[in-house]
Amino acid sequence: MSITTLSPSETQSQGRGDGRWSERQLVAIGLVALAVALALARPLLPEWTIVRVEEGLYAYADWLDAVFNFVRDDLGLIHLTRAIAGGLEYLLDATANLLYGKKRWPHLGPIPWTALAAAAGVIGYYLGGWRLATIGAGTFVWAALIGQWSIAMQTMSVIAVAAPTAFVMGLVLGIFAWKSRPFEAVLKPVLAILQTLPFFTYLLPAVIFFKVGPTAGAVATIVYALPPMILMTTLGLRKVPPEAVEAGKMSGCTRWQMLRHVYIPSARTEILVGVNQVFMLCLAMVVLTAFIGMPGLGGKLLAMMNSFKLGRSFEIGVTIVLFAVMLDRLSKAWVVKQPEHFERGTPWWQRHAYSLATFGGFAIFVLIAFLVRDLPNVPVKAVGDPEAEGSFFGYVGGVLDEVGRKQSLTQGKGIDKAIKGFLGIDSVQAVTEWLRWFLNVWILIPFRNALLWLPVPTVILAIGALGYLVGGARSALIGAGFFAFIASTGWWDRAIITLYTVISAVILATLTGLPLAIWASRSEKWANRILLFCDTAQTFPSFIYLIPAIMLFGVNDVAVVFSILIFTLVPLTRYTIEGLRSVPVELTEAADMAGATRRQKLWHVQLPLALPTMAVGFNQAIMFAFFMVIIAAFIGTQDLGQELQRTLAGTDLGKNFVLGMCVALMALVFDHIIMRWSTDRRKALGVD
Amino acid sequence: MNSEAPVISARNIWKLFGADPEKYLASMTPGRGFDEIRADGYIAGVKDVSIKVSRGEMLVIMGLSGSGKSTLVRCFSRLHEITGGEILVDGQDIMKLNENDLIEMRRSKMGMVFQSFGLLPHRTVLENVAFPLEMRGQDRHARRERALEVIKLVGLEGREEYFPRELSGGQQQRVGIARSLAIEPDIWFLDEPFSALDPLIRREMQDEFLRLQDMLSKTIVFITHDFDEALRLADRIAIMKDGAVEQCDTPDKIVLDPQTPYVAKFTEEIEKARVVHASVLAKPLNGTTPEGEPVPAGATVLQLARQLVNESRTTLPVADKDGTVIGTMNRQEALDILLGEG
Ligand SMILES: Nc1ncnc2c1ncn2[C@@H]1O[C@H](COP(=O)(O)OP(=O)(O)O)[C@@H](O)[C@H]1O
Ligand SMILES: [Mg+2]
Repeated sequence: MSITTLSPSETQSQGRGDGRWSERQLVAIGLVALAVALALARPLLPEWTIVRVEEGLYAYADWLDAVFNFVRDDLGLIHLTRAIAGGLEYLLDATANLLYGKKRWPHLGPIPWTALAAAAGVIGYYLGGWRLATIGAGTFVWAALIGQWSIAMQTMSVIAVAAPTAFVMGLVLGIFAWKSRPFEAVLKPVLAILQTLPFFTYLLPAVIFFKVGPTAGAVATIVYALPPMILMTTLGLRKVPPEAVEAGKMSGCTRWQMLRHVYIPSARTEILVGVNQVFMLCLAMVVLTAFIGMPGLGGKLLAMMNSFKLGRSFEIGVTIVLFAVMLDRLSKAWVVKQPEHFERGTPWWQRHAYSLATFGGFAIFVLIAFLVRDLPNVPVKAVGDPEAEGSFFGYVGGVLDEVGRKQSLTQGKGIDKAIKGFLGIDSVQAVTEWLRWFLNVWILIPFRNALLWLPVPTVILAIGALGYLVGGARSALIGAGFFAFIASTGWWDRAIITLYTVISAVILATLTGLPLAIWASRSEKWANRILLFCDTAQTFPSFIYLIPAIMLFGVNDVAVVFSILIFTLVPLTRYTIEGLRSVPVELTEAADMAGATRRQKLWHVQLPLALPTMAVGFNQAIMFAFFMVIIAAFIGTQDLGQELQRTLAGTDLGKNFVLGMCVALMALVFDHIIMRWSTDRRKALGVD
Repeated sequence: MNSEAPVISARNIWKLFGADPEKYLASMTPGRGFDEIRADGYIAGVKDVSIKVSRGEMLVIMGLSGSGKSTLVRCFSRLHEITGGEILVDGQDIMKLNENDLIEMRRSKMGMVFQSFGLLPHRTVLENVAFPLEMRGQDRHARRERALEVIKLVGLEGREEYFPRELSGGQQQRVGIARSLAIEPDIWFLDEPFSALDPLIRREMQDEFLRLQDMLSKTIVFITHDFDEALRLADRIAIMKDGAVEQCDTPDKIVLDPQTPYVAKFTEEIEKARVVHASVLAKPLNGTTPEGEPVPAGATVLQLARQLVNESRTTLPVADKDGTVIGTMNRQEALDILLGEG
């Protein structure tokens, strides 16, 4: 294979023939020309194309409200959902009792933190040796010692219910989707929308249908975590090797036996990857349920950020990150864990050594806590003072059971001081102030005003042109149609502000991430380090990314863009490195032999080949940005997210849904166009 | 052998892949070729095949990749639903079986070995072998006993608790063989069982397979694309091309008397002397009693080479295992096979 056969100029020229424009390009140019003409003719255009109607062309929200009310009250859906809510509440109360001692059945809790840490440690050791044992036990130890045990357990008690439920539902729906093509055809677009819908749109219906509190939080979390589980299940079942299926049939399996003994075990890897996703999305969402007033890590973080207590926010952030990393690493280790065989005649206890150790460690600490509960204990200062009442054992035992407020090691105030001190340093302040000024005055505000200035049809046509260029008439219709719908809702201004925030953040992230990735991909060592970092950072719940933004820039537009920027930097960098490093060695060597300089090699060989993969990262960055921009509403934006957040206070289900759809549709347009381009490009390059 | 009814009897079976194969087959003009059918948007996996397999016989199906071997065998076990024709297994039309009866037939009568083994990765060797027994609801103790027995039979003792990924390819295929034998099937299908193995292992597995067959004498349909393998194993060979059986005969007949140009070309490279047996060359005695030392009927021409060259008689008597002379062989004819026709 020579370089020339794969050089971009050549593959591109296929579309262009000998210097002439292809039909697609001509149409796209025509559309753009029309868009520009409309923009130039702005003074002549009728008012509605520029001044956005407040009401919208159609009262979608009212219609939707009517529909919702109908299904809720007339069809009695509310009774069904309330019944489900009852069941869920029962489970949530039980886990809440076990984990942080809520006074509900089974009245056993709270389980001592040491018992959970010990169990997590053994499980971690079983799955991945000392490293994972440390992560497993360490997370619980940290949460207890830093004084966040009960809020952490409030969060975990919801996950403990939501994750298994999402798993079972996802598995069942995944099996149905795999069995029935029509069902899948219906499900697929629903899942695509669910995956792009902003999380506020999960929250309000959950509140309305499932009553406020943990139940609504759990429902929103379950629904949010469902799509990847369904998709992974279907994918896994499709990939079961045909010979395994035939072997099952020849062994005389009934349909149920096939599913139970052949399909599901053979799809183990994909299903467990789905489990990993369920955990990660559950954690991400459950933290966000803070916005409907759910207590827990998210709620506390929100409160601390609101009162600008950066030290405590930081500590809670660390706790959330630790839980995320723990859940991610443990579940990923489970994916790759292969069963080990035991020689025949291995005694029973040896076969079950890990289960026994887990149970044993757990039991020992529960026992200690139980024994010391009635011992009088002494305050820490009096330990060693023979006159003091109580006993040392009582004290230690008490701490092993529960870390009290006084005993916690939180350094919130100190960190607060340190951060504020650091930000107060003149030079640091000068830099952040300058950045804020520069971004605002020279980039963000002009860009935003320009976008808002454009007449609606210009934007729609431009999107249509882009769609046509990439994917022909169908893509053009999807792009233009979705944007036209947004215009018709009357939320155009808000939508454009959302779009502007997303685009500016992603462009800034590209400008920082690309050079970083290109530099890193030159050395194996750095590439691996950064990939590992990105992998870890990608497991952090999005909420976390607000902390540094607020720390650095305070509460304003720049902080919003900055939080999105760092959030999207992760997929951008990651996919760029992966794309560059997957370029076949023969090609780079061929380039070297042809006497290409480093720069030539990068521009003519590596980047063109890596581009389709980079596009996937770019796409993910945009999806992340759409997600983050809504969260950032909390900082105070003027976009759709702000409106969405406002709906949470009321019962405007219709409005909430329309706003949510606006965000989802914009995200879907980008998703469609970028992925379409990436797949076509891959085909053209002959990569997989 | 022929007195009994055949175990598998297929009459004019078709298997078409495509949008609506039944309708297409019904409206198709008879005698349409493979390429014409493909031009119509269908693939003829099996094209008008009629074949019988007798009890205790080993039928080897040969052909290039894509010629429809696997498809044909999957029709016999109804892993594929045939598009047209009729398949009788032990006299019963398998297309008429309902789901339960079909499962019952597979549980009691059929075993199959796959090219890439088709083992269940999450089960140990023992559990894989016991799988068909478990499916038919045998109790734990009995199925364990039986599984251990077959594992021993295929020489995997001591590996019962291993997982498939911990075994070599040859060992994995032994598990596949053991699993297919666990239910003591009457009919044994093997779809290129040794193709994925290294040549040395392949040879060893063939020997192993012949040993098993000697002990078990099952009715076997064996697929291979390797002529040497076919010659070592087959009672009869069926050669397939484009979904159709070109010729189905004993190995000797296939090399001596190819019925179609394709078969002729297919067998061209074969050293005939290695294949043709004295028994095939023996002409009837017609009342005469030939003189001299007879040659054994089961010997190949190659094995008789030295004698043929040194011999002075023009015809040699051929005697079967019991020493009964069954005919005479023309020395020149045998020499032609050995040396190639002038
Ligand atoms: N499930 C299927 N759908 C469509 N075509 C198939 C299917 N299975 C086999 N074929 C086609 O039928 C033909 C015969 O395949 P097969 O029986 O696997 O050949 P062999 O086993 O001789 O290599 C091939 O052209 C193959 O592409
Ligand atoms: Mg095959």
